[in-house]
Amino acid sequence: MIRIQEEDFDVSASYTRLRNAQPGQTGAVCLFTGLVRDFGDQSDVEAIVLEHYPGMTEKSLASIAERAQQRWNIQAYEIIHRVGALHVDDQIVLVGVSASHRADAFAACEFIMDYLKTEAPLWKKERHRDGEVWVEAKDSDAQRQQHWQKRGT
Amino acid sequence: MKILFFASLREQLATAELELATQNQATTAREVLHRLQEQGELWQRTLDASRLRVAINQELAQLDDPVSEHDELAFFPPVTGG
Repeated sequence: MIRIQEEDFDVSASYTRLRNAQPGQTGAVCLFTGLVRDFGDQSDVEAIVLEHYPGMTEKSLASIAERAQQRWNIQAYEIIHRVGALHVDDQIVLVGVSASHRADAFAACEFIMDYLKTEAPLWKKERHRDGEVWVEAKDSDAQRQQHWQKRGT
Repeated sequence: MKILFFASLREQLATAELELATQNQATTAREVLHRLQEQGELWQRTLDASRLRVAINQELAQLDDPVSEHDELAFFPPVTGG
């Protein structure tokens, strides 16, 4: 399931869906959530604003999830990303994966998140007292994505 | 051809979307970019080929990929979601 939404999400609802997707078959559920910190590229961040490319964001996430499904033995996944104005400590993103075994769930969850950070057309702007600044893309995120191209499963 | 701009590019150009006539001629994203840069100093400075990303019909693409009249072309900075 892929969702781009302004409203908050309920982690336990995602967990329940992942847990129940294939009764009797699921041995592991891995869930990641990303939150708004009060420091980013700037300190004293008060809020962030997330912009995206409607249509392409969903396609991009579906493509990333498909690659994860080809690479690992996973049963179900959820990707939820919020857009619009978010405040410190708010939830931004959820990636959840269910599988028979934990290694597949851990790896696929991390893979989806690393590719989301480098491919999905979403942009973050930090608001602080003195104004707004667009967040710069990080080399460390590009390196995390590249490392999946080199390593096996 | 429909051209979209996002995030800092959209703000700096004060343009989210524009139509560019291509007279059905084969072209590339890079040639479209050059035409846009000719619109003035602001466009030239903002649309720096070394720092932008391009999507054709909502898929990540390269500047030298072909585009035609009915394609949707988008330019944006490196992504920062998550």
